[in-house]
Amino acid sequence: MSSADPNVLILAGGLSHERDVSLRSGRRVAEALREAGCRVRVADLGLDLLAVLDDAKKLPDIVWPLLHGATGENGSVRDVLDLLGIPYLGSPPRACRAAWNKPVAKSAIARAGLATPRFLTLPQSLFQQLGADALLALICERFGLPVVVKPSEGGSALGVSKVEDPAHLGKALVQCFAYHEVALIEEAVSGVELAISVVDLGDGPVALPAVEIVTDGFYDYDARYNPGRAEFFAPARLTETDAERAAHLALAAHDALGMVRLSRTDAILANDGALYFLEANVAPGMQETSLLPQAALAAGHTLPTLYRNLVEASLPTP
Amino acid sequence: MSAKPSGTRLDPWYGAYAARTLGMKASETRALFAVANRPEVVSLAGGMPFLEALPMEIVAKVTADLIATDGTTALQYGNGQGHPKLREAIVEVMAEEHMRPHPDDIVITTGSQQALDLVTRIFCDPGDVVLAEGPSYVGALGVFRAYEADVVHVPMDEHGLVPEALREALAMCAKQGRTIKFLYLIPNFHNPAGVRLPMARREEILAICQSAGVLVVEDNAYGLLAFDGSIIPALHSLDSEGVLYLGTFSKLLAPGYRMGWASAPHAVRERLVLASESAILCPSHYSQLSIAAYLESVDWRGQIADYRDAYRVRCETMNEALSEFLPECSWNIPEGGFYIWTKTPPGIDTKSMLPRATTALVAYVSGTGFYADGQGADHMRLSFCFPTPERIREGIRRLSGVVRRELELVEMFGHPDQLPDDLPADIDVPAPDLA
Repeated sequence: MSSADPNVLILAGGLSHERDVSLRSGRRVAEALREAGCRVRVADLGLDLLAVLDDAKKLPDIVWPLLHGATGENGSVRDVLDLLGIPYLGSPPRACRAAWNKPVAKSAIARAGLATPRFLTLPQSLFQQLGADALLALICERFGLPVVVKPSEGGSALGVSKVEDPAHLGKALVQCFAYHEVALIEEAVSGVELAISVVDLGDGPVALPAVEIVTDGFYDYDARYNPGRAEFFAPARLTETDAERAAHLALAAHDALGMVRLSRTDAILANDGALYFLEANVAPGMQETSLLPQAALAAGHTLPTLYRNLVEASLPTP
Repeated sequence: MSAKPSGTRLDPWYGAYAARTLGMKASETRALFAVANRPEVVSLAGGMPFLEALPMEIVAKVTADLIATDGTTALQYGNGQGHPKLREAIVEVMAEEHMRPHPDDIVITTGSQQALDLVTRIFCDPGDVVLAEGPSYVGALGVFRAYEADVVHVPMDEHGLVPEALREALAMCAKQGRTIKFLYLIPNFHNPAGVRLPMARREEILAICQSAGVLVVEDNAYGLLAFDGSIIPALHSLDSEGVLYLGTFSKLLAPGYRMGWASAPHAVRERLVLASESAILCPSHYSQLSIAAYLESVDWRGQIADYRDAYRVRCETMNEALSEFLPECSWNIPEGGFYIWTKTPPGIDTKSMLPRATTALVAYVSGTGFYADGQGADHMRLSFCFPTPERIREGIRRLSGVVRRELELVEMFGHPDQLPDDLPADIDVPAPDLA
């Protein structure tokens, strides 16, 4: 390690519901970067952070925000980094805001000519104003079931339920509103679940092989973070054409939402062959069971080298 | 599609685990507790004792002296039953609650949690019934589940386990031909229900169990923590053959020592020792001798009184704050211990509500963690043991906003707990190191 090796400050933790996942992501990336020769510190969001970031002696060459959820992915921490003039790895605040809010992201994707399942965006207050029973009945009758109910902002499938029975829609919404006051009600599409990561090592965004996720039920928090319940295929078992379509979708989403350096797009290849965008992530999970590292390994990368290359590509040009 | 041979489950041993481990997983609920240690969050969730009430300088001196004078013994292996010096000291501690065991009856364990594990291991086969209060201590339910015992909850009221309900549970199990191995009972300042079993009920419950030939496992972490210092004799003091007693230093002194014990009849004790040796060889000699030295040189009764005072003030604060901010809830007013068991207004599901609470920077434990059968969504356990009184008040104030918001949802969507629920998650409580 020398002074030429990048000095990286990883931000992990925070106060979101995904704190635990973020801390694990931070530790994994820190280990890999150290192995690649970088000087690495990991910091939580706290009262001392601004002092650290404002101290010229402690100033890192670059910050890698690995905060999942809320302030980590909605662009606000990156706004502060911009204010301080500290370079960071990843998407700018505007892209974060677009990707973090699922209805906004889906609308942008639709405007870009890409397919995404039909959806409604309904705040808790609207159920109060219009009457929950009437609105629930209307959703079941006109929109139809099954649907996936998601907090319009959030990650790790927290507060997400699949609803097939009208009697369960109210409960799904109650669980959703505990995480966020606006619900995204999305047509449930059956098919192959895919996650396609995009990295940009300085020569433009490149899609990594799609990862296929097979679970014995809903791809919920347990299936995501307790190894075993989900089976992953990297690369996904797709025809060459479908693999290309998946890569194109992720690159188009990366571009449409203005994402930078790395992203992950979750998609579904429906049983009828249509490929749908579900959501995009500016701070994809990087822990043991996460999808981007799996895709990177499938593409032949080693994680330490890939992460260092991402860091170096993000450093400001002298 | 060009099929690949197989994918990965990211765990090469996934198919190799014993069936009884299938429930051992981190739940979404548990992940929410990750924020509980952050200073912004008022955690009313954990059961961590208020260690600032300990005379740390004395603890430090006692420990330093131990190592200086007897370090080669303290850091050496010990025997499986535990060091005689600590067993003698434990007899003194137990005498406070009218028990008179012989030091040879005592088996030292790594916290009373290990004692509970050993007891369940030597008594329970898969499918055996353990009777337990409903609600009951989550750590015990985890042990019973690990040994594939079936928990049958026996209802409680404001005075603890209801004797008539115990008779009914015994009759039901007999009718079904099920084998009951023991009644697991927390008689003092119950975790989570906070109540203390009156003497008359202790005698009645004991008589019922004696008549049915059912062993009582008495778990007593909080018996010396009555706010007024009052004592109700332990069930073990009434029947040392029919009651297997579990004690701990975690709440009387400090959980970091990981020291507990069982007091058991001779034959049971022999099996406990053998089971313990196969599990851990011997309990920590260092912790045993540290505690023995502490008990020998410090006014430990006075130190427990300090704890009681601290917890009394905190409990009063929580009770007042609940009255002021959450009058729509109902709760018991404990006379000791760590917890207030709070019933929420109809329709609120405290497990579903938890994300809203952590967003509002307050944490509690949903009642669902304290039942083996998915009950408890209408309760939450509020701990007053660790936060300062000011923080407790602020936490309850925050919680009131959370409950109000949730009530709006209940009004809108009806009572969601009346709808089919998911299976109870296995680990719905914070890790032990979270306040």
